[in-house]
Amino acid sequence: MNSVILQIAAKYLKWLLIVFAVLALLRGHNNPGGGFIGGLMAGLAIVYRGFAYNAFQVKEELQDRPGYYIGGGLFAIFLSFLPSLFAGKTIMTGLWVKIPTPVGEGIKLGTPFLFDIGVFFAVIGVTLLFVFSLTQKQH
Amino acid sequence: MIAFVALPILIPFVLIITLLIIRSDKLARWVGPLGAGLLILLSVYLLVLVREHGVIALQMGGWEAPFGITLVVDYLSALMLVVSAIIIFSIAVYALRFLPETIKLNRFFIFFFGLTMGLNGAFVTGDVFNLFVWFEVMLMSSFVLITLGRTKNQLEGGIKYMALNLVGSMFFLAGVGLLYGKTGTLNMAHLAEILKNDDQAILMNTSAVLFFVAFGIKAAVFPLYFWLPASYHTPNITISSLFAGLLTKVGVYTFIRFFTLFFVHDPQFWHQLLLVIAGLTMVAGGMAAAAHYETRRILSYHIISQIGYMIMGLGIFTPLAIAGAVFFTIHNMVAKTNTFLVSGMINKARGTYELKDVGGLFNQSPLMAVLFVIPAFALAGAPPISGFFAKFILIKAGIENGNYGITAVAVLTGMLTLYSMIKIWNEAFLKKQPENEYAKTPFKKLQFAEYFPSVLLGAVSILMGIFAFYVFDFTMEAGAQLTNPELYIETVLKRVNP
Repeated sequence: MNSVILQIAAKYLKWLLIVFAVLALLRGHNNPGGGFIGGLMAGLAIVYRGFAYNAFQVKEELQDRPGYYIGGGLFAIFLSFLPSLFAGKTIMTGLWVKIPTPVGEGIKLGTPFLFDIGVFFAVIGVTLLFVFSLTQKQH
Repeated sequence: MIAFVALPILIPFVLIITLLIIRSDKLARWVGPLGAGLLILLSVYLLVLVREHGVIALQMGGWEAPFGITLVVDYLSALMLVVSAIIIFSIAVYALRFLPETIKLNRFFIFFFGLTMGLNGAFVTGDVFNLFVWFEVMLMSSFVLITLGRTKNQLEGGIKYMALNLVGSMFFLAGVGLLYGKTGTLNMAHLAEILKNDDQAILMNTSAVLFFVAFGIKAAVFPLYFWLPASYHTPNITISSLFAGLLTKVGVYTFIRFFTLFFVHDPQFWHQLLLVIAGLTMVAGGMAAAAHYETRRILSYHIISQIGYMIMGLGIFTPLAIAGAVFFTIHNMVAKTNTFLVSGMINKARGTYELKDVGGLFNQSPLMAVLFVIPAFALAGAPPISGFFAKFILIKAGIENGNYGITAVAVLTGMLTLYSMIKIWNEAFLKKQPENEYAKTPFKKLQFAEYFPSVLLGAVSILMGIFAFYVFDFTMEAGAQLTNPELYIETVLKRVNP
């Protein structure tokens, strides 16, 4: 498939989807959203572009990407376990720090957020892996 | 050290990350078996802890039960962890020699440990929804493992496996939803407590039947087993053996967990149903195994037949019967995997799984014959190997409790088992090699590294028979804990100090 309309649309929609994906990721702790949903949306953005420009090309470009996404995501999840262990708490206990900002209430960062980021990337990786495997020709 | 309870999940998780980072088959050769060895040590240590404390529970993330997710290890979980770790180790060693060139070892071990993580997670979790998640982790990894060789029939088997198991997951999820709607909790111990004191617990039947179907599909019991023989013979023998030893047994584990801990409100109906299903499963699997002439197919149907025995123990529902079911499960995991390993060796030496095309292996390789005889006798229930005691306990419990029908079926199915084992023995080992294309290719001599996993599992089977008293002691404790889950509930809900 080689449609100019789809290609132009994909170019802009990709970024729109990624922005919404990050929004979903950020609001996820107390509202609907989170790493899984955000990851699916971001994965969709990449896949959408892939279909517009012919998925096999993307495959060439991103040969090893799914593995890196999954590995990096799982590693971030693993990192999010460590603070609770070093603090002597039960594993996976949420620990938060508040970074003060000149305006507003400050930014709260914590291990659950790191966990969510890990899930975000792992889900992107898995989505890409599925799509690449399904669009590949049989050897 | 209660924190060790999380390690059966964390170790495979870290191993997956390691394998994703190193990306090398040379290092994976070491990481795989060593990681699996570590799991054996860990699970034995957990069993020792359980021996000391009875039940150990870890509240994840510091959220107290029933609000957070609790990881619990009791005798049943600990025994399952130990035996599955032994199997995982032997398969990890087996994979080094028996995986074909086309499958990258690094890739295989990533999904191998993915399966391990799901498996261990299912064994230690004390939360119904968390259990569902671990089931999905297992399902994903096992689908990838089936289709790893990328041949047409593997994809076909994989799709059948995936489709039927997804139906199971759907039933599971529906059951979880109903359960949560009715009780407002998904913590198993909390559920048990709520349902115990509720005279309307009979309303649970609607959720129980959904779980029954879901676990029935996972465990491959009588009318729901079709995915198993459709898929188990397609992947490489390493992967078939892994599935044969572990996958269906998780279904059995969840059956035992759910129907002893909280679905105990309507025993006449459920235990009767379990017994009928158990009998039908035994006979249907045994008959189908008798009809086939391809080793992997015979063994696949035979898995189903053996599931019946485990469900039978649950259906009789006395401490002795539950102990028998647990004993049978752990014996069967070891012996069943071992028969698959030997059929892989036959294939490697002769190049086929068809019994009609092979023969004379006894003269060619007496060691292989011995290695087959051990698990085959264990499965058939010949003393002094593990299977004899497993069946003996179940049959004794059946007679004591007056369940003569199912006991008779169990004894007769033993004959069917013996028949399929003797069939493999006669065809592959005793009969002369038929004059065909396989006879012309020279017999491939196997090395010790190829025999080793089977030697290990064979030794475990024999030791379980010789020291049956000790194993029985452990399973009896498991049976006592399961039929009287007070300690489990109290430990999880933090009313006793661990």
